[in-house]
Amino acid sequence: MPSAVVSKYLRVNRLPHIWCPGCGIGQIVNGTIRAIDKVGLDQDRTVIVSGIGCSSRATGYMNFDTIHTTHGRALAFATGIKLAKPELNVIVIMGDGDCAAIGGNHFIHAARRNIDVTALVVNNQIYGMTGGQYSPTTPVEAMATTAPYGDAEPGFDLCGVAQAAGATFVGRVAPVRMPELINTIAKALQHVGFSFVEAVSQCPVYFGRMNRQGGPVQMLNRQKEITMPVRTAQQKPEEAVGKLLTGVLYESERPAYEKLYSQIRLKASWKAGEHV
Amino acid sequence: MTYERPKPILLQGNEAIAEGALAAGMRFFGGYPISPSSEVAETLARRLPQVGGTFIQMEDEIASISAVIGASIAGTKAMTATSGPGFSLMQEGIGFAVMAETPCVIANVQRMGPSSGFATAPAQGDLMQARYGTHGPHPMIALSPSSVRECFDVTVKAFNLSEKYRTPVVILADAVVGHLREVVTLPRPEEIEIINRQPPSGPPGTIRPFEPGPDGVPAIPDFGTGYRYHITGLFHDETGFPSTNSEKIQATTERLVRKVEDHREEMTFVEYLYMDDAEVAVVSYGCSARSSRAAVKAARARGLKVGLVRLITIWPFPEHVVRQVAERAPRLVVVEMNLGDVANEIRRVTRNSVVVRQVNRHDGMLITPGQVLDGIEGVMSHA
Repeated sequence: MPSAVVSKYLRVNRLPHIWCPGCGIGQIVNGTIRAIDKVGLDQDRTVIVSGIGCSSRATGYMNFDTIHTTHGRALAFATGIKLAKPELNVIVIMGDGDCAAIGGNHFIHAARRNIDVTALVVNNQIYGMTGGQYSPTTPVEAMATTAPYGDAEPGFDLCGVAQAAGATFVGRVAPVRMPELINTIAKALQHVGFSFVEAVSQCPVYFGRMNRQGGPVQMLNRQKEITMPVRTAQQKPEEAVGKLLTGVLYESERPAYEKLYSQIRLKASWKAGEHV
Repeated sequence: MTYERPKPILLQGNEAIAEGALAAGMRFFGGYPISPSSEVAETLARRLPQVGGTFIQMEDEIASISAVIGASIAGTKAMTATSGPGFSLMQEGIGFAVMAETPCVIANVQRMGPSSGFATAPAQGDLMQARYGTHGPHPMIALSPSSVRECFDVTVKAFNLSEKYRTPVVILADAVVGHLREVVTLPRPEEIEIINRQPPSGPPGTIRPFEPGPDGVPAIPDFGTGYRYHITGLFHDETGFPSTNSEKIQATTERLVRKVEDHREEMTFVEYLYMDDAEVAVVSYGCSARSSRAAVKAARARGLKVGLVRLITIWPFPEHVVRQVAERAPRLVVVEMNLGDVANEIRRVTRNSVVVRQVNRHDGMLITPGQVLDGIEGVMSHA
């Protein structure tokens, strides 16, 4: 029997899911619904939008109004949904290729506008759905089916891109630190403005196998080694060198796009009134 | 509300598209600047916030059509406007809107192509892209206005068809009609027929969101109204969830096409001039129909039995109209600013049984009435 949280927020009749054994997406979706539960979002007033790729199949299993859009465009669809009905909570789930390659333009502009949506990027550093090609977050020299001699390109720091582009909330989480994952996503959901969360994830079948990182357990152990909660890093800066920091990395206040546009409406109706 | 007063006003075609959309209830525009369509966006940037709507200039045309589909799914009538290069980028989103059965309107103010072509020169080269631009079998509705007032009317019709049939509708305007200024009297709001999407027949839990009604069209549960359903660009069954069942895929493909093609006559808008006794029919649309009209009148003044068939509906192709015309006047002059898109459609639907004389131009200059007259005289000498 699935737990009460799972039964409430997942379409259990759609299970089992399509993800490979040991994949991190299931853990991240699990953490996401617990964050939604923790924040108490109204299920009928919450829309989940995804693009194309392994992680974007999450919408099919989540018990909300859900839309599985085109590759890279989830944030653009979400922009239309949010502006048409600002009262809705809009959560966007993307993969690293989806968000940072084909959707890179939409990513930086959604952040710049500070539109009030939460963007969750499952970063497994590889295109899983299409068979293990290198993505914009694949580290340099890592192996992929389209990088048979190692990747010649350095990967993006997604959190850095988000912050530089204007996101007002930036967080990083990892399935291996589940309580922190739930708390960070919950804070992102509560944030007003563009909130961005990178979920470091493991793809044992493609990335792990091609890069000799072992199975899911070894990959999760490695995830624990290469990440460090930002609070720990502040206390022990000498141990944080070279680590991927997790938790809330950045938060600031800036009017969300919808708020600024509602002021435009006031100006416009006032100006229209002048002519009557 | 300057434009709602029923008095003559000077209006541009692109402005009339914007006003027609507002009259139809459109409240979301997402677009990207491109000549010669930009005045649609500029007008709506000013007008939409006045009426509580939303205008957003997106980062590109792919984002524009995506945001438009998102807004429509949330329950707001939505549109974008673009021209050739942007229309090419929008094909991805148009395919999604077909598959997800999302109403939306795309105004394509055509310019010369391919590629950047000639930004401010008129052309009518996007008919086939409108019809077949996105991949896979699919239906398409496209309407082509040829005057400023018709820009308004066709936009209202585009929204009505889109909402009724849950499918994207393309307005095939052109640089001449879009930039033309004419004195027009717009209809009063109560004179405008507005069709809104059909809401679900039952509460959440009692309906299947993609179950077609008697006309082949499912009702639409707007996002945020408690139905908690799934939309995907993958083949799906009546529940909305992906399906790999080959019977259902075939049935969905056929239903998507049939829901439009079965209603071809209802979607056919066409104007006839002097066709009662015409021995030769000039077939044209959009800006070319303006020159054709002048040529037909001049031909009549010379005593030639010539009529005009002006197509407003381009897709689905008004096959029944063309066949009727061809029976009565089996010599046709087809006038268009491409290399013969409608001419070829006419050959197809008449199985090459009629004489088709093409009058084409693709050099940035309008087809003149004199060229059409030459075409008429040429086909008349064809015994």
